[in-house]
Amino acid sequence: MTGAALARLGAALLLAPLLYGVIARTKAFFAGRTGAPLLQRYFDLAKLLRKGAVYSETTTWVFRAGPVVSLAAVLGALALLPMAGAPAVFGFAGDFVLLAYLLGLARFATVLAALDTGSAFEGMGASREVQFSALAEPALLLALVALARNAHELSLGSILGAVSGETWRHDAAALTLVTAALFVVFLAENSRVPVDDPTTHLELTMIHEVMVLDSSGPDLALVELGAALKMWLLGGLVVSIVVPVRSGNPWIDLGAFVAGLLALAALVGVVESTMARLRLLRVPALLVSAGVLAALGLALMAEW
Amino acid sequence: MFEAHTLLVGLILVDFMLLASSRLGSCIRQVAFQGLLLGLLSLAEHAGWGAPWRSWALALGSIGVKAVLFPWLLRRALRDADVRREMEPFVGFTASILVGVVMLGASLWIGTRLPLPAGVVSPLLVPVALFTMLVGLFLIVARRKAITQVLGYLVVENGIYLFGLTLAEDAPLSVELGVLLDAFVAVFIMGIMIYQINREFDHIDADRLTSLRDEAS
Repeated sequence: MTGAALARLGAALLLAPLLYGVIARTKAFFAGRTGAPLLQRYFDLAKLLRKGAVYSETTTWVFRAGPVVSLAAVLGALALLPMAGAPAVFGFAGDFVLLAYLLGLARFATVLAALDTGSAFEGMGASREVQFSALAEPALLLALVALARNAHELSLGSILGAVSGETWRHDAAALTLVTAALFVVFLAENSRVPVDDPTTHLELTMIHEVMVLDSSGPDLALVELGAALKMWLLGGLVVSIVVPVRSGNPWIDLGAFVAGLLALAALVGVVESTMARLRLLRVPALLVSAGVLAALGLALMAEW
Repeated sequence: MFEAHTLLVGLILVDFMLLASSRLGSCIRQVAFQGLLLGLLSLAEHAGWGAPWRSWALALGSIGVKAVLFPWLLRRALRDADVRREMEPFVGFTASILVGVVMLGASLWIGTRLPLPAGVVSPLLVPVALFTMLVGLFLIVARRKAITQVLGYLVVENGIYLFGLTLAEDAPLSVELGVLLDAFVAVFIMGIMIYQINREFDHIDADRLTSLRDEAS
C-alpha cells in the first residue's frame, strides 16, 4: 500500500462525478444548448447530503443497507484497480476475479434494496438489471482473461502494466477486440445508451434508474456516488489499455489517465447524441456480441 | 501495405455481423465489404505494392465482381421485388451468434489439425476460410428468404476463395479456376434472382391475400 496509490484513489473519489458533467456538456453541445455546469453532479450530491431520508413503511434494514454495501463494494473494487502506472492499493494474483465479483456484490445489494421496497416497477428494473449484467459479466471476465493471457500474469497490476505501445504494434487486432468488448460492458454497466437511457422518465423503459426510485436524500447521494465511481472504475480499465502511458513521471501519467477518462466521457456523450437506445429485446444480442469479441480476442492472444 | 492478420480478423468480424444483422440491406453491404477484404488480402499475400501483375489482376477482379457487381445486382433485385427488408430467421439472432462461436471454435480446432503447405501467410487463414464457409452454409439453412440463400452461397464462395489463397503461390492454375468459378457464380446468381426470388415473393403475396379472404368469409 503506497502513498501514490492512495493519492490516486483520492483523485478518483474527487474527480469521478466530473465525468457526468463532461457527458452532459457533450450532449448539450450536440443539441445546441449551453447545458448544465460541469460541476452539476457535485452540487446535486451536496444538496442530497443535506436533506433527510424518507423510508417507506414496507422496507426493512435491507433497503437501508443497500446503498452503503453497494458503495463499499465499488470502493473495494476501485482499490484493486491500478491507475496511471502506479500499483493498486491492494493487489494479488487473481484479483481481477475479485474485482468482477465486487461489482457483482454492489449490484446484488442494489437489487435486494429494490426488491425490498415491494414496488412492482422496481422489481421489473431489478429483473432487467440482473438479466443484462449476467450477459455483460462474461464479456468483462473474458476480456480480462485475454489481457492476462497477454501478460502471462494474474494480478491486475501486471495485466494492465503489460499493455504497452509494443503490444499494440504486435497484437493490435486482439487488443482492439478486447477494448471494444470492454467499451460495450462500460456502456451497459453504467446504464448508458444504447442499453439504458439515464435521462428517461418513464418507468416502463428504465433499468437502473427505476431501482433507486425509493431512495432519497443521503441514500440517493451514496447511490449516485457509487455509480460515478463505477464509471471511473470501468472507464479506467478501458483507458489503461488504450492510453498506456508509462513515462515514469507520476504527474504526466496521472494527467494522461485523467485526460483519457474525460475523453472517454466525451465519447459516451457523442454515442448518446448520435444513436438511439436499442429495443430491450435487442440488448442481449449486443451484450452477447461483446462476449464474442472478448472471446475472439482471447483466442487471438492465446494461439495466433 | 495491409497486414494479412488484421484483414483476417476483419473477415471474422464481418462473418459475425452477417449472423447478427436483421436487415437485408445491411447484409448485402457486409457481403460486399467481405469481398473488398478478400481482394485486399490476396494483395497482402504478395507483399503489397510490389505484387506481380497477376496478383493485382486477381485482386482488382475479385473486388470488382464481389464488392461492386454482386451488391449492385442484389440491391436491384431487392428493389424490384419490393419485399420487406427483414431477414425473417428460423434461428434467432442471439442464438445465431452463439452458433457462430461454436463454429469458430470448431474451425480453429480443425485449423490446427490440418496438414498445411509450407509458406502460408498467417496460421489464421485456414480457420477463417473454414469459418466463412460454415457461416455461409448456416445462412442458407437458417434464413427464410431466397435472397439470403444467394447471400449465403456468396459467403460460402468467399470461404472457398480464401481457402484457395493458401495455395495461390504454388498453383496459379487453381487461382484461375477460382476466377472461373466466380464468373460461374455470377451467372448462377442472376439465374436464381430472376427466377427464384420473383417466384418466392409473388408466392408470399398470394398467400397473404388468400388468408385475408378466408378470414373475411
